[in-house]
Amino acid sequence: MSAASLSRDAAAPAARRPILEAVGVTKRFVKRLDLAGKIAQRLGSSIHEEVVHAVDGVDLTVGAGEVVGLVGESGCGKSTFGRMVAGILPPTEGTLAFDGKPVWRDGQVASRETALAIQMIFQDPFASLDPRMRVEEIIGEAPLVHGMTTRGERADYVADAMLRVGLDPDFRRRYPHQFSGGQRQRIGIARALAVKPRFLVCDEAIAALDVSIQAQVINLFMDLREDLDLTYLFISHDLSVVEHIADRVVIMYLGRVVEIAATEAIFDDPNHPYTQALLSEVPRIELRKRVYQPVKGEIPSPLDPPSGCHFHPRCPHATERCRSERPALREIASGRWSACHLNDPS
Amino acid sequence: MTAPTLEVRNLRTHFFTRDGVVKAVDGVSFSVGAGEVLGLVGESGSGKSITGFSILGLIDQPGRIAAGEILFQGRDLVPLAESERRKLRGSKIAMIFQDPMMTLNPVLRIDTQMTEAVLAHRDVSKARALEIAREALVKVGIASPDERLMSYPHQFSGGMRQRVAIAIAFLNEPELIIADEPTTALDVTIQGQILHEAQTLCRETGTAMIWITHDLAVVAGLADHICVMYAGRVVEQGPIDAVLDRPAHPYTVGLIGSVPSRNRRGGRLFQIPGMTPSLLNIDPGCAFRNRCPRASAACLQEPPVVAASHGREVRCFNPHEGPLEQTMQAGQPDAGAREALP
Repeated sequence: MSAASLSRDAAAPAARRPILEAVGVTKRFVKRLDLAGKIAQRLGSSIHEEVVHAVDGVDLTVGAGEVVGLVGESGCGKSTFGRMVAGILPPTEGTLAFDGKPVWRDGQVASRETALAIQMIFQDPFASLDPRMRVEEIIGEAPLVHGMTTRGERADYVADAMLRVGLDPDFRRRYPHQFSGGQRQRIGIARALAVKPRFLVCDEAIAALDVSIQAQVINLFMDLREDLDLTYLFISHDLSVVEHIADRVVIMYLGRVVEIAATEAIFDDPNHPYTQALLSEVPRIELRKRVYQPVKGEIPSPLDPPSGCHFHPRCPHATERCRSERPALREIASGRWSACHLNDPS
Repeated sequence: MTAPTLEVRNLRTHFFTRDGVVKAVDGVSFSVGAGEVLGLVGESGSGKSITGFSILGLIDQPGRIAAGEILFQGRDLVPLAESERRKLRGSKIAMIFQDPMMTLNPVLRIDTQMTEAVLAHRDVSKARALEIAREALVKVGIASPDERLMSYPHQFSGGMRQRVAIAIAFLNEPELIIADEPTTALDVTIQGQILHEAQTLCRETGTAMIWITHDLAVVAGLADHICVMYAGRVVEQGPIDAVLDRPAHPYTVGLIGSVPSRNRRGGRLFQIPGMTPSLLNIDPGCAFRNRCPRASAACLQEPPVVAASHGREVRCFNPHEGPLEQTMQAGQPDAGAREALP
């Protein structure tokens, strides 16, 4: 077997040195009242500030060299969490530590070193590259600013970065529009790698690509992991991709983590009813003419989430307790965490 | 088998642009029978959507159907006048688009949009049309349909909107539905619900369906037959099990190999080298030959469509034989290799 699958078996998550630790990370977006709203409120209207709990108390530890897949449907807060990790969006509450040092201090990224060590790769390769910059400038700008290269050596530096992601360095004077979607995504990856990061947050990094190009980029991620000893937080809604590349999977629903487990464990024996529902919906090439038996209902609005367990209105096993009490994320077996009342001995 | 609901013969839809002729669809043939689901699979630019638009007669300038026949219940649609086509569209043939926000009129209520579609094709009273609309909404699993009829599209979630679009497509009990990537923009659980509705409706009403998608896994769960398109041509078609388990065309093999699958967890994915060619002034011969591991001198000529075992048809000089596992092991020497630098 390949080296990738060997390293996957060799290192259980517990054995890894933690590189990223999130404790109670919360992000709330508040829509403040405008003047008219405030006046209306004074006059006794029921108008009030709207608060979206995008991320609601997430605890997560990522080991060095690990690939953690973060999965959930739209609006579950997975991208918001990724942005907080990458130093783009400050958390409202909770702490994020990278290599033992806090990522955030007073709403600012704590240190330049941490900011460079964690890089993000975005979903849309068309929107995330400046259309008026040449590839050389896109990839070379940050290393130049941070003194990793000089103006004279930049061309070679960029050429190295391009070669690493499988782009021809002869194209470095071109503009983004001269590349295909897959090549643009490689430019985005080269840009992230140019500052020698240790941790990559990939936010739906392959969702916008064609199937055969997706395979190329997934392989590239796996090669880079081997070559550069990278750690990944791989955010995706595509379970089959996450199953393929992740060591551990985190499932989120409406701002909360509902289950964390090793990839094999979660796909072979999902514990949380939401994980079970999600997995049963995944289309698979091996399953022919299947009868779809979908979960009922839709994802509730994060403006007004259900009480207790957020999943209870759609859950086939919901009880009275699920409606009133929030289930805690508890370790139900070694390395397996699930937030469901059904796991409690009754 | 009785006569197919739709038979497309050697369809060519070309766009005559200033820079040259874009052969978006170039000699496509397939058929779909009543109650059957045909999966039309391909990557961006393979011509799968243009095939769907051609059937409905929705090709705008500078494009036109250059050759071929589209036989709908035995009648050729290509020479039909626009007024005749209009009568078919929405009644006998309906389409579901990828983005339901684009297909629903944002300034009209759902009831207006739905009764309009009924009244355009049937001689019924307004009250009866509303009743039909209501029934259609119930059929696609929309709760409290009376309330929903009075809503505007922006009041619906993406999944609900797509259900409304499906309900509108099924309003006049069409013989054929063309669904163009209807679940691509949706979440997994919502996608499951939509696939479920589409599946049940087709089975119950005997409607033929063409499901256009780039997602092989969705097609695997839904379709009876599959057509794989590449650069405007159908490179392989046949019963779903035959094509997915014993793919013959190197492109189909590559496509299946690049989908992450249970059996190959953690391993390297097979990757097709290079990228899809521009359809502008495409060279004669097999369009896939520059990316194909099995290409030979013969591929400079246009490959003919040949019949293969298990009811498949393949457009290739050097097709694979035997089941997929065997093909993946033997026929793809660089399947696990690191990517060569350009």
